Amino acid sequence: MIEGVGDELLDCARMVASSARLGEQVEGYVARSRETEIKVFGGEVESLSSAETSGVGVRVLVEGRTGFAWAGTLDPKIVAATVDEARDNAAFGAPDEHAGLAGLADVSGTERPDLELWCDELLSVAPAGKVDLALAVEAATLRADARVRGVASAEYSDFAMQTAVVNSLGVEGFSRRTGCSLYSSALAGGEDETQTGFGFSAGRTVTDLDVERAAMNAAERATRLLGAKQPATMRLPVVFDPLVTRSILALLGAALSGEAVLKGRSMFIGRIGEEVAASSVTIIDDPTCGEAFGAAPIDGEGVPTRRTPLISNGVLGGFLQNVYTARRDGSRTTGSAVRGYGSPPGVGARALAMSPGTLTPEEVMRAVPMALYVQSISGLHSGTSPVSGDFSVGAEGVMVRDGDFAEPIREVTISSTLPRMLLDVVAVGNDAVWLPGGAAGVTLLIADMTMSGA
Amino acid sequence: MARGADFAEVFGEDRRTTTATLDEGRIEDMSSGRLVGAGVRVVRAGTTGYAHTTDLSESGLAAAADAASAAARSGGGGATIVALARASATQPHSVDVMPGSVSKQRKADLLARADDAARAESDAIRQVTVTYADTRRQILVANSDGLLAEDDQVRTRFAVNAIAMGDTGLQTGMEAPGGTVGFEFFDTHTPEEIAMTAARRALSKLSARPAPSGKLSVVLKRGAGGVLFHEACGHGLEADLVGRDSSVFRGRVGEMVASPLVTLVDDGLLARDWGAAAIDDEGTPSQRNVLIEDGVLTDYMWDLVRARKEGRASSGNGRRETYQNLPMVRMTNTFLMPGVEDPEEIIRQTPNGLYCVALGGGQVNTATGDFVFGITEAYMIENGVITEPVRGAQLIGNGPDTLCKIDAVGSDFDTWAGTCGKDGQGVPVSAGQPTLRVSELTVGGTAS
Repeated sequence: MIEGVGDELLDCARMVASSARLGEQVEGYVARSRETEIKVFGGEVESLSSAETSGVGVRVLVEGRTGFAWAGTLDPKIVAATVDEARDNAAFGAPDEHAGLAGLADVSGTERPDLELWCDELLSVAPAGKVDLALAVEAATLRADARVRGVASAEYSDFAMQTAVVNSLGVEGFSRRTGCSLYSSALAGGEDETQTGFGFSAGRTVTDLDVERAAMNAAERATRLLGAKQPATMRLPVVFDPLVTRSILALLGAALSGEAVLKGRSMFIGRIGEEVAASSVTIIDDPTCGEAFGAAPIDGEGVPTRRTPLISNGVLGGFLQNVYTARRDGSRTTGSAVRGYGSPPGVGARALAMSPGTLTPEEVMRAVPMALYVQSISGLHSGTSPVSGDFSVGAEGVMVRDGDFAEPIREVTISSTLPRMLLDVVAVGNDAVWLPGGAAGVTLLIADMTMSGA
Repeated sequence: MARGADFAEVFGEDRRTTTATLDEGRIEDMSSGRLVGAGVRVVRAGTTGYAHTTDLSESGLAAAADAASAAARSGGGGATIVALARASATQPHSVDVMPGSVSKQRKADLLARADDAARAESDAIRQVTVTYADTRRQILVANSDGLLAEDDQVRTRFAVNAIAMGDTGLQTGMEAPGGTVGFEFFDTHTPEEIAMTAARRALSKLSARPAPSGKLSVVLKRGAGGVLFHEACGHGLEADLVGRDSSVFRGRVGEMVASPLVTLVDDGLLARDWGAAAIDDEGTPSQRNVLIEDGVLTDYMWDLVRARKEGRASSGNGRRETYQNLPMVRMTNTFLMPGVEDPEEIIRQTPNGLYCVALGGGQVNTATGDFVFGITEAYMIENGVITEPVRGAQLIGNGPDTLCKIDAVGSDFDTWAGTCGKDGQGVPVSAGQPTLRVSELTVGGTAS
């Protein structure tokens, strides 16, 4: 840890932890984030918002009962009142023998990964420089293709976030990270047709951002759909764009959470050691990988993060755990507590990735005579369930015939079930790429899904 | 406050929340939250600058104002002194029992009642999660037009999520009503009723077969399909999206955009409904806005900034999640007006179709009008009779196309409470509708 960095947050968290009375366990989780958001439209800045937010979340445990309270400020008086409120709330919790904060035993045995996730450079960029990036991505999107008639939105955003967690059992942790992104949404088509497509670029600092690539992707995704029609209902193989695979992986992450499993909310309950996926499928959560956008040295309870294999060559190996779920399960925390200051820790993946295969994306598309290439899906949360495994989402994309893009399609749903899709994986591309959203993307071929249309 | 700016505004917020969660039969978490702060907005020559602070002292607010002003590339210009006039706004209704006056124990007791009721429905109910939540949100808005307005918004919600296990695996059922009311919410809703609805929904899915695929007539039960209108046309009628050429309804005011049976209203004054408030988050009094009348598009929804550009008044639709966010055009309570037909007759007149009793969330691409939304409780209609339950489907369609295909509208009505997300901000909204039929929608089921 760099000397002096995070002292103020750590001091606030230590103050909370030190207020523990005899027989109490107390934890303070303190976060501060500085954020900028710039929206441009028609070559002009539409809005520029910049602000710093901070807050504290307090857990108090008394005789196995847990109380929680939070406040969106670090004002010492309000922080003290928040501790009292959490203590008061503890009286209403049911006693639970497994309840408890992370102890020294939970944080030992695993090295805290040494990650550089903070770029001072980002903090020194003047607002004008950020405005220029947003204007540049808008202009580049318009320029990218003659069929792009407008840019629905072009945005720059960044954050610099620091968190500290300290508890009365002696656990202390601090982490910080920066990030920024550019986003553009292209409108393509003439008077009687509109198609949209987005592109983005993200990194830890502005020099990681690629304006042209974000613009090209937005234009390409919108123009690719021009002339799209609703096809007839049929069953067919489906190729997922890496962005789509990322969203599906994130959904699987919810079912691989130890909390979901012990509370009966996962399709993977009781299936450890079984073949739940095709043998080409290996899924690992690895927040110690610095390139992942969700990389972090410690979790929301101050426990070091680590590489956790979940599905290996198709076989379900284990689940993600925080301190509480691990105690219930009789295992050890995997450092997977996720939270903001406004909620007690849950369990979640930070950097979920499917191990890449050997085929290029082009070879994946060529692996079957005909398939639907899905470039975006909608309604992921209303149409899928990590509990039942049901999967039915809206889709846009292009038919692939003999390995080449053919006619574009719209207004369809694609459906199957998540367990079946995992078993139906035919090929994993070699193009694994980290994406924002807690998971990596990769081109994926699924043998059989139902496409519902006309 | 205004330093060479066209418009300046300060928005202050003090929000207190209480949440209690029961899971696995135990009260797992009682939590309290507090959010206090102010946001300053400065508009100059079309550019909006925004900054916010938790420091509500004069110096804290001045610093935020400077930051917002710098962001709007303001500078120079003379100071403008504005006299503030307190605006009076109609309260849609009064709150009878402030949540802060009710003990935590009474709130906690509701959870166990719901848990017992859900489990009593069947041995197949394996997990029940119950959440009680109340929020008191006091806001104050002052701007350079001389406006000074305040509101005290109280909301209460109770949610039950039940999981049933059977031959088809695990199935979930959810019911989560809410209102812009205090603890009197429980005079009209009992934890037992809410729990039974959630449990029965999960149980019905256990015996449900996978939904079919392809085009079908779809009858939406009153209240269940409000989300369709929220997604399929409400978002496209938001003036900010229209202004960005991101709406299929752009340039169509005065045109027939829906079946003549359709009258669509957004009404922030709908008493006790989840999206109700006396003022919006820019201080504009809430009002009833007719968006589509007998199939003809009459107007869009507006916030202050978009309305000023057009030289018109805001429609009271400028909302924000918290003081940390810029306001934008948002819906409040959006609903389709009842018609004249007997709801049961609508089903009888449907030879072959899908009867949707509850829908999950949805999503729309406002630029194309294409939408999807998930079905959480649905049954087949065969020869005018409701038959077996189906599960695991999503409806997909195009907003303007679907509006034109509404061919029967019932005389009943109900609303549904939800959280609407736009640009990362969530605000409470309700959506409502009478029982109605869409002659043809694409059903994306999992049946092979």
